[in-house]
Amino acid sequence: MVKHRLQRNIQYGILVVLGLCFLLPLFWILLASFDTNAQQGIRFPNFTLDNFSAVLGDSGNLRSFGVGIILSGGQATLVVLASVLAAYPLSRYEMRFKKSFLLSILFMTALPITAVMVPVFQMFLFFKLQNSIFATMLFLTSSSLPYGIWMMKSFMDSVPIDLEEAAWIDGASVWGGLRRIVAPLMLPGIATIAIFTFSGSWGNFFVPYILLQTPEKLPASVTIYQFFGSHGMVEYGRLAAFSLLYTMPSVVLYMFSQRYMSKGFSMGGATKG
Amino acid sequence: MKRKSRGAFLFLTPSVLLLLIFFIVPIILTICFAFTNMALTGSAARNLQFIGFQNFTNMFQDPDFRISVWRTLVFLIFSAVIGQVVLGFILALLMKEKNVTFRRIIGIIVIAGWVTPEIVVAFCMVAFFSDNGSLNQIIGWFGISPVSWLFSFPMVSVIIANIWHGTAFSMMVYQSALDEIPKDIEEAATIDGASNFKILSYITIPMVKGSIVTNMMLVTLQTLGVFTLIYTMTGGGPGTATQTLPVFMYNQAFVNYQFGYGTAISLVLLVIGIVASLFYMKSMKVKV
Repeated sequence: MVKHRLQRNIQYGILVVLGLCFLLPLFWILLASFDTNAQQGIRFPNFTLDNFSAVLGDSGNLRSFGVGIILSGGQATLVVLASVLAAYPLSRYEMRFKKSFLLSILFMTALPITAVMVPVFQMFLFFKLQNSIFATMLFLTSSSLPYGIWMMKSFMDSVPIDLEEAAWIDGASVWGGLRRIVAPLMLPGIATIAIFTFSGSWGNFFVPYILLQTPEKLPASVTIYQFFGSHGMVEYGRLAAFSLLYTMPSVVLYMFSQRYMSKGFSMGGATKG
Repeated sequence: MKRKSRGAFLFLTPSVLLLLIFFIVPIILTICFAFTNMALTGSAARNLQFIGFQNFTNMFQDPDFRISVWRTLVFLIFSAVIGQVVLGFILALLMKEKNVTFRRIIGIIVIAGWVTPEIVVAFCMVAFFSDNGSLNQIIGWFGISPVSWLFSFPMVSVIIANIWHGTAFSMMVYQSALDEIPKDIEEAATIDGASNFKILSYITIPMVKGSIVTNMMLVTLQTLGVFTLIYTMTGGGPGTATQTLPVFMYNQAFVNYQFGYGTAISLVLLVIGIVASLFYMKSMKVKV
């Protein structure tokens, strides 16, 4: 028993140390963002919100947040629309190429997108699409489509087909059944995919960095890099505040997705009784 | 009831079109361009030629290429396999059957690193490893003189950064896998007098083997594509000390404007990715 307790305490001890290691880099950014004279090391600041007001008072920064929202929001919307449509026949119908299609989709979810950036850039150059937010959004959409379709299909598989059949008997069309019965029941799944897509794109630096050029069109992820890449890392406090503001949407959306995830899989109960 | 489709396959059109234009075409282009001398500047820009395997012969003779393959391997093994997969498993294992509040706090801290966008992770880590950064402050308490981490140990720095960013994913995968193991099996083994180590190696690990393999493939694939973290932390330097394949590809294509050569490197990256993807799918044993 004594041995057992000692063992548990050692385990707690290791966890505390590991936890501290993970906490430390974050702790610095939290402190630095409230410190106008922040340096690279950890120190306790005289708490002030000056950094935040400086970041938010700059119209260039605000615009980069706006571009980020347009880019990621547009992408998330397009991914949801296209993958709901694609998932429907994949989930509900027998098709000749279904199996190979699904396998290729799964295969594509795992491919590193980094590997196709050079030819994609050349394609954009050839069609004079470089610096187009809309074209970048379309590319981002297709880069997360495989994952979206795969997830959407498995969410749709768990929506009982009986409900839809009942709607058809009442005279609903295939389209009507999808729109009025299936989609509403899948809301938690749809929300999860939308949130994942948005967050992934919000944090994406490489794609907009390659495909967009003029400063006015750059999303926050690229602006932040220019902040610390070209200004010689002088104003750590402001940079930390910018980073924190930029990280917030990802954190908030992650928390939302957790709520949806736990609710998401209980819809099978709809046909009971 | 499954029906035969009539028009419903049309619903696939938007997705198929997008995937065709932005996924399939670039892959085909990679294969074509890799055999050309395409460049943005110089004589090759005006005079595009099919040059056969020239890019690949150059590549395999290029010491920069060979060393970046090596660095990619080191990065994969230490930050993906050893770092994220092993550390994630250790975290999940230690957190099992611990105080709920404690578990949650540790979980939130680790997941925070995962939720943080890569570019912010890079910024935090540059500060953490800098000459006046937190790491040197801490080792200073023990009387160790400061180290220029990003200059003296750049590879270690980017590996640690990637572990910090990615481990939560593996941890969460293993936590749910460990939760699925029925409690009585391990209890029975304890009563029979099996040591913790024996339980771990003969019961726990075999039972979550599936998730370990799948997770390892997925993490490897993600790490293979890591560009942002390395590029923004060190720019591939100092010198070429952290130039992994994606960074090397970027430098050849977008800094030196050697698109043909850059695409040839992309193709190597793509082939590695395709092989790893096939292994990944095999490990999933999917039913569709």
